[in-house]
Amino acid sequence: MKHLRSIEELGAAGILSLLELTDHMVEINARPIPKVPALRGKNVVNIFFEDSTRTRLSFETAAKRLSADVMTFSVGTSSVNKGESLRDTIETVQAMGVDAFVIRHKSSGVPWQISNWTDASVINAGDGWHQHPTQALLDCYTIRQALGRKGGFEGLRIAIVGDIKHSRVARSDVQAFAALGAHVTLVAPPTLLPPSIEGWPVETSQDLDSLVGKVDVLYLLRMQRERMGEALIPSLREYTDRFGLTTDRARRLGDSTLVMHPGPMNRGVEIAVDPSELPGNVIIQQVANGVAVRMAVLFQLLGQGDSLA
Amino acid sequence: MSQTNSDSALPDGGVFHVRSTVLSADDIRRAITRIAHEIIEHNRGLDGVVIVGLQRGGTWIANRLGEAIATIEPLANVPVGSLDASFHRDDFGLRPVVPGSVSDIPVHLDGATVVLVDDVLFTGRTVRAALEALNDYGRPRSVQLAVIVDRGHRELPIRPDYVGKNLPTRRDEDVRVSPEGVVIGDHT
Repeated sequence: MKHLRSIEELGAAGILSLLELTDHMVEINARPIPKVPALRGKNVVNIFFEDSTRTRLSFETAAKRLSADVMTFSVGTSSVNKGESLRDTIETVQAMGVDAFVIRHKSSGVPWQISNWTDASVINAGDGWHQHPTQALLDCYTIRQALGRKGGFEGLRIAIVGDIKHSRVARSDVQAFAALGAHVTLVAPPTLLPPSIEGWPVETSQDLDSLVGKVDVLYLLRMQRERMGEALIPSLREYTDRFGLTTDRARRLGDSTLVMHPGPMNRGVEIAVDPSELPGNVIIQQVANGVAVRMAVLFQLLGQGDSLA
Repeated sequence: MSQTNSDSALPDGGVFHVRSTVLSADDIRRAITRIAHEIIEHNRGLDGVVIVGLQRGGTWIANRLGEAIATIEPLANVPVGSLDASFHRDDFGLRPVVPGSVSDIPVHLDGATVVLVDDVLFTGRTVRAALEALNDYGRPRSVQLAVIVDRGHRELPIRPDYVGKNLPTRRDEDVRVSPEGVVIGDHT
């Protein structure tokens, strides 16, 4: 494996083997000194053309725990502001010696484009509405860990609720959950579903109440107000009434129902209760597992040599 | 593990041909009992002793050593753990990380006397990686090394403290250790 740009590139076997490798990384992170020399001398460059706190810090922490050198490129203070093209930027950074690029960009497909211009590995940290594979992997790991599902998600019922249309997390999660055998239902108003979900391995519903209490995992997406140029919902309050996790719905959740969210949360919108009071809340575990999963991805791409590709 | 006494297919597509059995299951049992006595004698008891098997070949031996020690000194409580040194190795790509071989160190190692346990001592590179990995868990007072077979060909200044059997080998031979015995053979 040279790049990680989408969940499709991995397939079910690739996902499962990365989750196995993540077990090792979780153990490393639990050591008194959570740092190993596995990627000593490797250079990882984070290039984030879009805002991010947790993903950027998570990749940075992951690379450092494996002893790689990390450069973080903030587009706001870079020559991109002087009009440098994406290709020139990548080739300039590449010339300094880079083993992996971690890329976030507002346009879909940029990681593929970049992998044509560089010999380094390319990791997609989110491209437009398209893919966010490491988020899907950490979500899979969190479910696997919380529900003891090492072999896969056969028979598991997962509802993904909210702004599916603008969500790269949803696209990657659907592929990953379905690849592992889960039954996925998308819950959203029609305006927040993609124009076509033909070929997606999912069902859709507009009735969250009929699903609450019947699903094993309730995955809430963030309302992406920054991506909404048009009026897609009548009001946030009405959205919360129909699609948010309200006190009433929280009461009807089973104790073992996992509640997940990719962050950052809009409290009072998609989640109108204090998540820390929910027995199945694993939102913080998602963040912790994010570091371990990204360590596994970096190690898989940079640490094992070409013979295992 | 149970296939080591006959020819067997290997993950890389090759085949392991057994040439001779050098230790029987009984020999291994006796070697482990003897090493248990030596550990107690050498450390004048078991104060602070922690047994750590190297993933994956050393873990069952560490467990057996722990049982043997408990039989000899029933009142001593010697922790047994396992250590995965994969991420400290200098030969990634040659040796993939084995799933399920996650480390399990049950106690903090500051001030402990750690007995590292492995099946075969060969180049010494695994032990070097393990010594480095151990430091992630604290600073042991001392580290000792127990192996079932020392087959020579060291590439680093590392020597065992407890040895089941010194076994002169050719570099290209394969040595396999399992609860059923130690076999020597060729890898084609």
